Amino acid sequence: MRWLQDPILDVQHLTMRFGGLIAINDLSFQAGRGDITALIGPNGAGKTTVFNCITGFYKPTEGMMALRKPDGSHLLLERLPGYNINWKAKVARTFQNIRLFSGMTVLENLLVAQHNPLMISSGFTFLGVLGVGGYRAAEKEAIERAKFWLEKTRLTHRADDPAGDLPYGDQRRLEIARAMCTDPLLLCLDEPAAGLNPRESHELNELLLSVRKDQGTSILLIEHDMSVVMEISDHVVVLDYGIKISDGTPPEVRNDPKVVAAYLGVADEEVEKVEAEIGA
Amino acid sequence: MTAPSITTTSAKSPAVPTHFDVAAAVKDSAKAALITLGLSIPILAYRTDQSGADLFLTPRWGLVAIICAIVFGLRLVLHAFMATRSYRKAVPSPRQATEAVHAEPSAYQKASRFGIPFFLGIALTFPILIVLIQGGLNESRYWVDLGILILTYVMLGWGLNIVVGLAGLLDLGYVAFYAVGAYSYALLSTTFGLSFWICLPLAGILAAFWGMILGFPVLRLRGDYLAIVTLAFGEIVRLVLINWVDLTNGGAGISSIPRATFFGLPFTAGEGGFASTFGLEFNSMHRMIFLYYLILALALLTNFVTMRLRKLPVGRAWEALREDEIACRSLGINTTNTKLTAFAIGAMFGGFAGSFFAVRQGFVSPESFNFLESAIILAIVVMGGMGSQVGVAIAAIVLVGGPEVLRNLTFLQSIFGAGFDPNEYRLLLFGVGMVAMMVWRPRGLISEREPSVILKERKAISGSLVKEGHG
Repeated sequence: MRWLQDPILDVQHLTMRFGGLIAINDLSFQAGRGDITALIGPNGAGKTTVFNCITGFYKPTEGMMALRKPDGSHLLLERLPGYNINWKAKVARTFQNIRLFSGMTVLENLLVAQHNPLMISSGFTFLGVLGVGGYRAAEKEAIERAKFWLEKTRLTHRADDPAGDLPYGDQRRLEIARAMCTDPLLLCLDEPAAGLNPRESHELNELLLSVRKDQGTSILLIEHDMSVVMEISDHVVVLDYGIKISDGTPPEVRNDPKVVAAYLGVADEEVEKVEAEIGA
Repeated sequence: MTAPSITTTSAKSPAVPTHFDVAAAVKDSAKAALITLGLSIPILAYRTDQSGADLFLTPRWGLVAIICAIVFGLRLVLHAFMATRSYRKAVPSPRQATEAVHAEPSAYQKASRFGIPFFLGIALTFPILIVLIQGGLNESRYWVDLGILILTYVMLGWGLNIVVGLAGLLDLGYVAFYAVGAYSYALLSTTFGLSFWICLPLAGILAAFWGMILGFPVLRLRGDYLAIVTLAFGEIVRLVLINWVDLTNGGAGISSIPRATFFGLPFTAGEGGFASTFGLEFNSMHRMIFLYYLILALALLTNFVTMRLRKLPVGRAWEALREDEIACRSLGINTTNTKLTAFAIGAMFGGFAGSFFAVRQGFVSPESFNFLESAIILAIVVMGGMGSQVGVAIAAIVLVGGPEVLRNLTFLQSIFGAGFDPNEYRLLLFGVGMVAMMVWRPRGLISEREPSVILKERKAISGSLVKEGHG
């Protein structure tokens, strides 16, 4: 199991309670470096809550989430302030309901994503206002990087349009491009294929595979579209009611009776057998 | 890229009333005017005046004619409005296109190409023009004074625009920073004898400091809650100024604040003054004109810095924060610091304007910094269009200069009678103007957003896409 040998993200005993509701219960899993890891499960299984914990929007009730950098050092995500998870730990994310800066142009969206490096080169604004220092060159470089991602997501022709004017599929791709502009080690995608037609979701697969291959970015994704999950992921983690019910390669997970039971339910005569199996 | 076909075809389709039928509109308006005439004859045409035991009928046909003309005009305007609206509704906007549409420069962009240099030219030569028109320095005092007042509000509007327009943080207590700036100069100059040019940056720094002090506790608040806390902050500052008598002399205010000097040369008659040094005849208007250019320079500085900041990462982060705070956080932007810088920089310009206010008046008291001031500044920003520098300037001219123009409309007395004082209707007209704005331009005079960076072509961003911020 590659993800056990060199995990980029190591989640241990993660628990998230909202009052009396246990959204995630003692969840442990690893995401391998350079892998595409899929987190799947029925609605309400707690997938997005896991994402919100990893990316700092929730502070977990219990547990540890360690991000291992290529140099071997690791950062504990639950201890970082929210904005540093992107800046220091290099974890970027997209959102289930797209969150673009709709009144800003596509290019501006990609420049906002490069805020921190640009902030340093503008001397934390002081040098930038006076027009001294290397801000101009840094901005040019940032635009080049944005152009690279526009090219890659086929949005170059719409670079100067407001993001809110883009059709849905383009907005999804722009959100991925924006996340990639932060130069992440781990890219977390929350249902990237939701609302895409088969052709678009095929293109998305290719984009994600090329992101992994060319940038070396590891990907963690939540997805309901099984054509995406089974085709591109190396490792699948299945959640149900906040508990991990299966963990393995796509073929393993597909044939796991617990997964089938969670997704499809089971025939009446088999209930007892399955219950005994899953220990309910 | 070709324009989508839907835009071009439906514009030509016969179902859409593309032209405005003038003849029918005039006919209908005339009918309405005729009905008004019929109604007003028994009601308005004669007034009964009692003189002792006798009753006289005073004919008022002039008034009837005016009322009919007004009804005719309004009816015509209504027709024109309905026609344009139904036309606009029938034609889909290019925004609905799924492909990139070649940008047509918007009306604002077309106007601003020659409009901005034109207005800047007027602002720079205003005192000279006024002196030429009025035929003398002393005669132009009123107009230069009005110019100073308008520019002060332009500067305040631009300062608040950073907080409200760019960062989307609704601040109802902006006048507090104006007060901090004014009292900073008043106290520093009367107590320590510091000159205006030293006090100006100090006042800005102090106001920015207070901006941060306000910023820290309210960062977690949004929308209405933020507005209420900032409103309270404005009131607290005013009440402290009233009650801390030892420091601020309470409600009596601080008087005999040193006047502005021309870089060390006082505007006084006699040896060593501005006039004698430059070999001019002494005139108190020299100081006024100097103050005019001083506030013009300060306002332009505010504008320059704001324009610059918009193109820097911090400015983009402010706008991004207004659009979506959660997305900002996921992109590694420290939202706390970003909000604080917006508060601090906005407050700094308020502080500059405040210290200018103190040096111009020579007297400050807490009564100059009440809530109405905050409301007017906010109205300027909202009316101008949040985030738009030109819109804010126009709104400041209209909202501050408008009432003054009204004061001078004496010809209305010949219509409405000698006792008519247009100034009494100031707030009424103000309200009508606001309602009209809400109906026709709910996002402000200039609602379009200019992108801060472009790859190929500049396209204005429709105001309907730009978010207003949520606190």
